[in-house]
Amino acid sequence: MKVKKEQKPMDKGKKLQSIEELESLQQQAFDRYDPLRKRVRICMTGCLAHGADKVRDALVEELENQGMSKDIDLVETGCFGFCAKAPVVAIDPEDIHYQRVKPEDAGEIVSETLGKGNIIDRLVYFDKKANKRLPYTQDIPFYKRQVKHVLRNCGRIDPKRIDHYLLNDGYKALAKVITSLSPEEVIEMIKKSGLRGRGGGGFRTGLKWEICRRAAGSPKYLICNADEGDPGAFMDRGLLEGDPHSVLEGMLIGAYALGARFGYVYVRAEYPIAIDHLKIALNELKSLGLLGDNILGKDFSFHLKLKEGAGAFVCGEETALMASIEGKRGMPRPRPPFPAHKGLWGKPTNINNVETFGNVPLIILNGSEEYTRLGTEKSKGTKIFALAGRVNNTGLVEIPMGTSLRDIIFDIGGGIPKGRTFKAVQLGGPSGGCIPGDHLDVPIDYDSLINLGAIMGSGGMVVMDSANCMIDVARFFLEFIQIESCGKCIPCRIGTKRMLEILVRITEGEGKEEDISLLKELAEGIKITALCGLGQTAPNPVLSTIRYFLDEYKEHIFEKRCPASVCVPLIKFEVNRELCKKCGICKKVCPVGAVSWEKKMPAVIDKNICIKCKTCIENCPAQAIQ
Amino acid sequence: MAGLATAFGSGAMTNSIAEIAGAETILVIGSNTTEAHPIVGLQVKKAVKKHGAKLIVADPRPIDLTRLADIWLPLKPGTNVALLNGMMKVIIEEGLEDQRFIAERTEGYEEFKKVIDALDLEETAQITGVSVSLIREAARMYAQAEKASILYAMGITQHSSGTGHVLSTANLAMLTGNVGKESAGVNPLRGQSNVQGACDMGCLPNVLPGYQKVSDAGVLSKFENKWNVPLSNKPGLTVTEMFHGALTGEVKGLYVMGENPMLSDPDLNKVKKALESLEFLVVQDIFLTETAKMADVVLPAVSFAEKEGTVTNTERRVQKMNKALESTGEGKEDWKIIKDLAGAMGYAMHYPAAENIFRELSGLTPIYNGITYERIDPHGIQWPCPSVHHPGTKYLHHRRFSKGLGKFSPVEYTPPAEIVDDEYPFILTTGRILFHFHTGSMSRRVFSLNEISPEGFLEMSAKDADYLGIESNEEVVVKSRRGKLKVKALVKKNFLAGTVFLPFHFHESPANILTNTALDPVAKIPELKVCAVKIEKIKK
Amino acid sequence: MDGKKIVLSINGKEITCGLNKTILDVVRENGIQIPTLCDCKNLAPFGACRLCLVEIEGIPKLITACSTIAVKGMKIRTESERIDKSRRFIVELLLSDHPFDCMFCEQAGTCPLQDLAYEYGMKNIRFPGEKRATITDDTNPFIERDNSKCILCGRCVRVCDEIQGVGAIGFIDRGFQTRIGTPFDRNLDCEFCGQCVASCPVGALTAKPSKQKGRIWQTRSVKTICPYCGCGCNLTLHVRDNKIISVTSDPDTLNEGYLCSKGRFGCDYVHHPDRLQYPLIKKDGQFIRSSWEQALTLVAMKFKEIKEQHGNDSLAGLSSAKCTNEENYLFQKFIRAVLGTNNVDHCARL
Repeated sequence: MKVKKEQKPMDKGKKLQSIEELESLQQQAFDRYDPLRKRVRICMTGCLAHGADKVRDALVEELENQGMSKDIDLVETGCFGFCAKAPVVAIDPEDIHYQRVKPEDAGEIVSETLGKGNIIDRLVYFDKKANKRLPYTQDIPFYKRQVKHVLRNCGRIDPKRIDHYLLNDGYKALAKVITSLSPEEVIEMIKKSGLRGRGGGGFRTGLKWEICRRAAGSPKYLICNADEGDPGAFMDRGLLEGDPHSVLEGMLIGAYALGARFGYVYVRAEYPIAIDHLKIALNELKSLGLLGDNILGKDFSFHLKLKEGAGAFVCGEETALMASIEGKRGMPRPRPPFPAHKGLWGKPTNINNVETFGNVPLIILNGSEEYTRLGTEKSKGTKIFALAGRVNNTGLVEIPMGTSLRDIIFDIGGGIPKGRTFKAVQLGGPSGGCIPGDHLDVPIDYDSLINLGAIMGSGGMVVMDSANCMIDVARFFLEFIQIESCGKCIPCRIGTKRMLEILVRITEGEGKEEDISLLKELAEGIKITALCGLGQTAPNPVLSTIRYFLDEYKEHIFEKRCPASVCVPLIKFEVNRELCKKCGICKKVCPVGAVSWEKKMPAVIDKNICIKCKTCIENCPAQAIQ
Repeated sequence: MAGLATAFGSGAMTNSIAEIAGAETILVIGSNTTEAHPIVGLQVKKAVKKHGAKLIVADPRPIDLTRLADIWLPLKPGTNVALLNGMMKVIIEEGLEDQRFIAERTEGYEEFKKVIDALDLEETAQITGVSVSLIREAARMYAQAEKASILYAMGITQHSSGTGHVLSTANLAMLTGNVGKESAGVNPLRGQSNVQGACDMGCLPNVLPGYQKVSDAGVLSKFENKWNVPLSNKPGLTVTEMFHGALTGEVKGLYVMGENPMLSDPDLNKVKKALESLEFLVVQDIFLTETAKMADVVLPAVSFAEKEGTVTNTERRVQKMNKALESTGEGKEDWKIIKDLAGAMGYAMHYPAAENIFRELSGLTPIYNGITYERIDPHGIQWPCPSVHHPGTKYLHHRRFSKGLGKFSPVEYTPPAEIVDDEYPFILTTGRILFHFHTGSMSRRVFSLNEISPEGFLEMSAKDADYLGIESNEEVVVKSRRGKLKVKALVKKNFLAGTVFLPFHFHESPANILTNTALDPVAKIPELKVCAVKIEKIKK
Repeated sequence: MDGKKIVLSINGKEITCGLNKTILDVVRENGIQIPTLCDCKNLAPFGACRLCLVEIEGIPKLITACSTIAVKGMKIRTESERIDKSRRFIVELLLSDHPFDCMFCEQAGTCPLQDLAYEYGMKNIRFPGEKRATITDDTNPFIERDNSKCILCGRCVRVCDEIQGVGAIGFIDRGFQTRIGTPFDRNLDCEFCGQCVASCPVGALTAKPSKQKGRIWQTRSVKTICPYCGCGCNLTLHVRDNKIISVTSDPDTLNEGYLCSKGRFGCDYVHHPDRLQYPLIKKDGQFIRSSWEQALTLVAMKFKEIKEQHGNDSLAGLSSAKCTNEENYLFQKFIRAVLGTNNVDHCARL
């Protein structure tokens, strides 16, 4: 399918020899850009899963058929963030937001909206609270509360085109660094900004850079950790797919600051679009001479390679990641020595996460002070979260540090679907913990979350409602850890297995009185003795659920009851007559006809026929089947 | 050995095994180290893997070490001299030689240089089959190292011009000043547990223990006094000459102790005839070997585990063997048998134990003078060890060569005695494999080793196999001018076309039935590494 | 070492030690015991078994002594309640996934895990659970692997890679099911040096030829030199009932405890039924058993006869590169002094 491009790409293949040449390239991009021109933007990353490609094809065809292809540009962008409403299409310059667009809608979008400027009501966001249609992006609550700094270009530009990035201040930070800042000054700026690692640990980025810069040894390596692996997390993916140049610019600045001559982007192979976009971006940088020797004619060289990971969760751990780049099995090694002193191939190495690098150009361009305006005392700037689970507006959101969980889940996220009640939110994936409703108003930052028994993590945020069993949640994470543990150290390999076995038996109704104390003991032992961060934090999901949902454990162990009706062996498959709304949905959905129901009467389940598939439980609006 | 003795004054390894790991560049030439000397191989691996040393492997076969090598020089068998001369040509051309070392510590350089100057590298490439650029690269890699070590084995010596091959390695080391210091030198690897010791002990026709010449009257009288008999000052016959002598009737009686020439020596048909021609053959061994079967009298000895004594390893280290088992049959320690036989012949020997023999031999052998049973427990001592206070010698020729000045020898390349022709178009080279030892009399009788490696094989290139229509594992006939054998083919992808390889451990497919008895005129080593053969498919 | 020294403290006691040493080295130099399972001489620190955890003042986490370089002023504690608890925890976890079949295990008596279990008196495991199944590769005649006993210390994998340079085995799978194996679970096809067997602290790897031949405490060990090639590797023969049942090598020797397949597995020929038991004399093409006296008398007579008839130089002797120095000395002495010729040689050239 031929896609109409917005404008001719710029002259390529010529290496930029100076800052002036880069500036002139930026100027060219600017000169060719007409802000008043009509554009259709469509997410061609995450929305692909909902058929965005077919929508695009239909739009191209309709533009052609209706004779508008010359006047209107179609821009293939990265993620808008609002994944719950995929596929998403936006119309510029008004920034009209259409959601759940189908190929059949293309004709009308072209003729009505693009042709006549009319808004198509059925494709517009409907705000239930306000009982109002909201056609413009900036009015939709999901976007309204967000502060898109790092994600500023995602969903706005074509990530495959460097001119789009240049148009949006791209590589200006790099130019500033190279022309007017010493490496030490760059590090000082990052230090002053208070930027902390967005991969989960929250270590101060400026300090990390400084340690590596001062470390003896050459060459130095700079690695971008794009091995995003937490279940449900896709922040790094969104950024790499939607705006790879911002990350690469951050890396270039980092390389300059550290004196690193070589670098890797370690990206998991399960991210084909991110890899594709990175490859395009890297090729473009190489052909422009923004990667390689003597960048912009200066005494600064940086060679960057893409390394695809084979999908091991543990390779997100720095030392395992480096082992993987070296061609070895991804297994962590003890620290010290730290990567800053002995990293890749035994040389000083600095590793930062994708989002961390994404922050760097902003700090350089706008200054540390500007950057620190957002956030809390010890956590500055914004943080991207992947909002998932039992929440209406799932998607990618960027909020200032210090925003409360309640704002994210209920304002941006639009609350809990199916009329159920909020139970907990899980942050930080397998290393994190669950936070219950009592603590929803705590402003999010690295330290407040740790106090609550969770962690910031890389940004996975899974919302759970009354139909989630917390023991089952803990079991899920332990299962994940067991599948992903590299097996090197005993506490992680055997210890988490023993914890999992205990959790499994609790969910199967075989729980024993001593199980909670055994779990705690195992958890403590593992935390102290495990080799790497993955192992040391593996017990967290269990500890935090014990901390906040002890009663639920006790109900499972002593009463052999799963209040959320998740653990099959503990479900009686009986209808609670008091809770039953007598709606008969359960009868309709039962695949084996085990439910009998008469109008205005509570339903009854015949246990001899029931196959315990839980379809009735999942569909019951009243959670009456227990 | 004779070559190194000519150049340096001693034929032994100049360095210790552990020093190999400290070399910056290692040249392995004519040695399949990881198979024939696995523990020395570990040091090469350590040097490369742990210390980042450069490794050059010169071998016609893609031996295991080529995996680790920076440069593999796949030279045609028998062309070591041409290759080494070519490397030295590059070194001199590019001014990489160590002029100070040459001036201060060597002699004969000018004469040697004439030969090198006359060389044409293109011709060298033609002869060796190795490109000029690879030769250049290898020469630089070797010459530019602060410490470069050469390891060689039978791939260097078993040629009709073997002495020349050895002299070339010595020339190369001296040219770059890579001898007489730690981790740099020329290191011939010894193939059997006590080859070094057997040489040290004078089991050679021209020297008495400690390499003291039989032709030296002073030496001879020392031994005559100690042994209390008159001795011959006429150098004796080497192994190959003995068999020749047997055929001509010059040699009538032969006493073989723990050797199996019926598999280990070249041209087995000739060896067999020679042994048959003898009037009387005594074989002393622990098994009824192929040779023992031909004996008139077989004397049962005992194995290493049933005796006490010392052995000297490839790095000149004299170590103690201890008795672990009692003999279960009537077999006796070899020294006891010799003692008894001497007695039976009217020459009484009085040794209550092995240690008494050692005391006698160390007294007569200057390089062993300071070695005692007490001192070698538990780590051994490396000779030369001239006095009981001397700690032994880690590496030789420090500051001064054993013979004073190191001697450059002009060596010109001479082709192998037998070259390929239309009738015998393949070069056969022979050697050892990891799982077996020498003639297999021991290792073939180890259940596990024999199970993992039960039969011989003919390694050949995929190209040649294709041409002959031979598949891997197919039985073929290999013929030379001297004999033939049947063996399974083992087709290898990166094997040098035109060359084939046979291990010599297997009596079922005895490689030495094919090999040539052509001798190096100095060292009297037969050309086991090169002969011409043809390969025939067996018609079904 | 370049002679530089640093001062630090261990368990409150001031200690002087060399530079660039691991805490484990320093601690052991000072006679303090720390249990380890994955630490192995000559191999790079691995940090997997977590038994060598120590406390260092100023660092909140416990640190592995094997992988941490001791630096000036470090205050190290090797014993504390937290350390003791951690070590017991590790051992208990290991035992929870161990077959408890010490009575059949070849390693019994030299097994550090057995020793730790004994020392800690760990008969009851508080968290029993699934145990890994035995997966045995039984296709080669040298090495048997029983993964159910494997503690995944990685010593076999590392020695195979770091020392032997072969890399025949590696870690496979993940989590509890992590195990050591060959790529794609093919049959082990390597140099069979047995370095892996020697480095295995437990009974996961055993030398097949030694199985059920005897316990360590039932054997006598004798140090000697390998009878094969010229490397001169030091062997320790383990002897029971006048039979060599296994061969090991002391790490403190020129071969650093490493052997090849011949040295480690190749001593059985000593007990082969083909061994010559008595002197033989050939009569009419057949060997007849004889006494030593008969045989030696015959040899002496024939040698004298030939010497008298054809001269000294009609006799010759081939000595052996497999015999001792004493024997070689005596052999050439016999040839030279008794037979009166220099016709003596051996197969140095072959």
